[in-house]
Amino acid sequence: MTATDVTTPQIQIPGVSVEQDTDTEDLVVNIGPQHPSTHGVLRLITTLNGEVVKEMEAVIGYLHRSKEKMAEGVSYFQYQPTIDRVEYLSSFYDHYAYVTAVEKIAGLKVPKRVEYIRMITMELNRITSHLLWFGTFLLDLGATSPFFYAFRDREEIFKIFEDITGARMMYNYYRFGGLNNDITPGWLDKVRYFCDWFPDRLDEYEAIVNKNPIVMDRTIGLGLIDRELCMKYGVTGPNIRAAGVPMDLRKTNPYCCYDEIEFDVPVGERGDVYDRYIVRMKEMRESLRIIRQAIDKIPGGDAAEVEKLRQAVAAKEEAAKAKAKETGEKPEPVPPINPDFEFKGQKINLMTYKPPAGEAYTTVESPRGLLGCYMISDGTPKAARVKWRGASFSNLAALPELMIGQLYPDLMAIFGSLDVIMPEVDR
Amino acid sequence: MVELVSVLKTMAVSQVQSYPDWLAQLFGFIGVSLPDDFLLFQWAVILFTAIAIVGQAAVVFMVLMERKVLAWLTQRIGPNRVGPFGLLQTLADGVKLLFKEDIMTRDQDKLLFTLGPALFFLPCFVVYALIPFTSELLAIALPTGALLFFALSSISVIGIVISGWASNNKYSLLGGMRSAAQAISYEIPLVLAVLAVVLYAGTMNIRDIIEMQNNGAFGFPFGFISWFSIWLFPLSFIIFFISSIAEVNRIPFDLPEAESELVSGYNTEYTGMKFATFFLAEYAALFAMGALTVCFFFGGYYSPLGGLLSETLKIDVILQSLIGIDGFAGLVRQLEMISWMMLKTYIFIFVAMWIRGSLPRLKPDELMGFSWKFLIPLSLINIFMIAIQKYWHVTSDLTFGLAWAAVLVLGVGGFCVMMSRHFTAKLEERFKPALT
Repeated sequence: MTATDVTTPQIQIPGVSVEQDTDTEDLVVNIGPQHPSTHGVLRLITTLNGEVVKEMEAVIGYLHRSKEKMAEGVSYFQYQPTIDRVEYLSSFYDHYAYVTAVEKIAGLKVPKRVEYIRMITMELNRITSHLLWFGTFLLDLGATSPFFYAFRDREEIFKIFEDITGARMMYNYYRFGGLNNDITPGWLDKVRYFCDWFPDRLDEYEAIVNKNPIVMDRTIGLGLIDRELCMKYGVTGPNIRAAGVPMDLRKTNPYCCYDEIEFDVPVGERGDVYDRYIVRMKEMRESLRIIRQAIDKIPGGDAAEVEKLRQAVAAKEEAAKAKAKETGEKPEPVPPINPDFEFKGQKINLMTYKPPAGEAYTTVESPRGLLGCYMISDGTPKAARVKWRGASFSNLAALPELMIGQLYPDLMAIFGSLDVIMPEVDR
Repeated sequence: MVELVSVLKTMAVSQVQSYPDWLAQLFGFIGVSLPDDFLLFQWAVILFTAIAIVGQAAVVFMVLMERKVLAWLTQRIGPNRVGPFGLLQTLADGVKLLFKEDIMTRDQDKLLFTLGPALFFLPCFVVYALIPFTSELLAIALPTGALLFFALSSISVIGIVISGWASNNKYSLLGGMRSAAQAISYEIPLVLAVLAVVLYAGTMNIRDIIEMQNNGAFGFPFGFISWFSIWLFPLSFIIFFISSIAEVNRIPFDLPEAESELVSGYNTEYTGMKFATFFLAEYAALFAMGALTVCFFFGGYYSPLGGLLSETLKIDVILQSLIGIDGFAGLVRQLEMISWMMLKTYIFIFVAMWIRGSLPRLKPDELMGFSWKFLIPLSLINIFMIAIQKYWHVTSDLTFGLAWAAVLVLGVGGFCVMMSRHFTAKLEERFKPALT
């Protein structure tokens, strides 16, 4: 991941031309792997001329935990908890990619209610991820307070997640063909309450940050990413949308039930750091819009109502059985509940579950961009190969080229704006 | 020779405080009479010791205050474990730092590495000798007090540069260099803003400046009306306040120790008591700057209600009638003065903390640009305006005054229009789409 192909770095400070006649020595600063703003263990070997970056090399791999190889040693289900640890800020997405890959190979059909619950949880997770990005990005710029505000609001979503998954960050909730459990009664109301409560917070944050002269000075026109650069490095997600390309898998390649939902894809105008900030803030609002519609449209509605239906069907079945016992005839078939929200499959042992031989590649629009899972199954209980395509890796790859000729303090703004998470880069 | 000594002695007598009458009265009350020769340097040393102790206590309190205020701004509780309401937290931290290992790596310049914190610390506390906390709690009433204050406070930058260099750490080096650049840029508008005050007051003696703001010298006898913050337009005060925040290296100007960029800047390599020295000195400098803001622009130790409450309400007379003790008029007055001084200073310290909680950090080039392209021209214009105002005040020419007021209104209005147009154009240019 070097940027050595750029041989003559152009040093550009607006209005100043730097004369390079004097015999000066470059300063090589080894940023990281332990540094407050590398968001994990990233090492950036930076050559500085004064405070201008001449050259940069990103060294990755300090957090490599062989997550892909692990998939080949354990059963499909046993691998699932480790997925949470790959991308711990939005692990629902990784789970979705993994679970849908298995479903694709096995040809499992998923009830619509499950898809809606997956959609709601994923969009909530996008908000938590963007919120954390909001906090850390402004922390990189030097503002300390937004970090605490972001964490306070994430906590509200974590409470919502905890209700149904039992965990705050490591959810492990999706299952092949379904979910671990249905949502709890009243959960949708909590989500709806959050959707009403959160926009005020967003307004507040945007009031503090959007027109702040220091933020604008530090971000506008900085770290320009255009379409070509995105194609060169495979930059995706809000970063490419900020560059004016409306690439969003939820629109272009609808999975889940996104084709039934109305939402916009916010795009930027210039592709600078400020646009990436604006796009992410708008995406949070779009996520809220999606969640609101999903709550209204979810088949079966609240868990309590579904439970009532289930009990009614069970009572009918009981009655039919009792009647059959009296008369000695075969019990009358009871009409099942709507297949949209009831999945009645074969009971299997998850630990040894094996899809048939085959391969599948599934993609999902994670908060950081295109997240892909490529899976080869050879019919044994262990996957032959699982390959992840993490968005952070590709986004980080563009950093050295973006940094050439920029000032050292801009490194934090540009790197922060890419929203890179190191466990996903190193896996 | 004898002549020189006598001249020096006269100078010393004129510049150094003698003990006040109320103190003699107080000692007389408990039956001790002060010796007559106990008035020159001894009294100044005692005063400075008292002020330094007050300063230390203020700094220790400020560290806790900062943490509490930031906690309040970010919806947290803040330290509340050590002592009631966490009051002893700073002491506990200090004790912890005192017992920490003092780490020095092999390649560091040991002498300079040790000298750096001391050089940073000393000027920050010496300037306390020049701040009048009351009319008498003032170690040296120097005729050039304002000048010496800034001369001393700029020495502390050398301490930062030295420790940045001696740390043998690239982050520290960058922090030290940034600090030097920042000090050069921001001392100028700072001093220019004070120059306007000095020009108008006609003296550099800080106590005289305070007295001028309160004795109704400008025809307005009522309290805060005659404060320089109002009388000299808020412009001087705004320039001074922005520059003083930059001078004490606080967010949004905390580039020398920018945490997200330079880890901890010039104090990255410091541990234990050396780190604590930096820490204390930073807060001491903030306190001194807050106190100086009050002295120059907000009437120092005087009440904003005009004069002092103890003079109006005659608290000493009430005391005398209640418990029958005479001679406390001076003491009551001094206590009231120091209360007002502290209250006003802490208001400005709170504002600085508030700013720290709300703003991001500037970039070095923007920092320089803001000072050289905006603050310095503005402070030159400010000095020009105040010079004309001073001329008007000296001559008391009504026609000139009216003409000046008209010019001022037109000029300020035109300036505002110009600036707003400039910034609108800049904004439009900024938001112009770069992509085609």
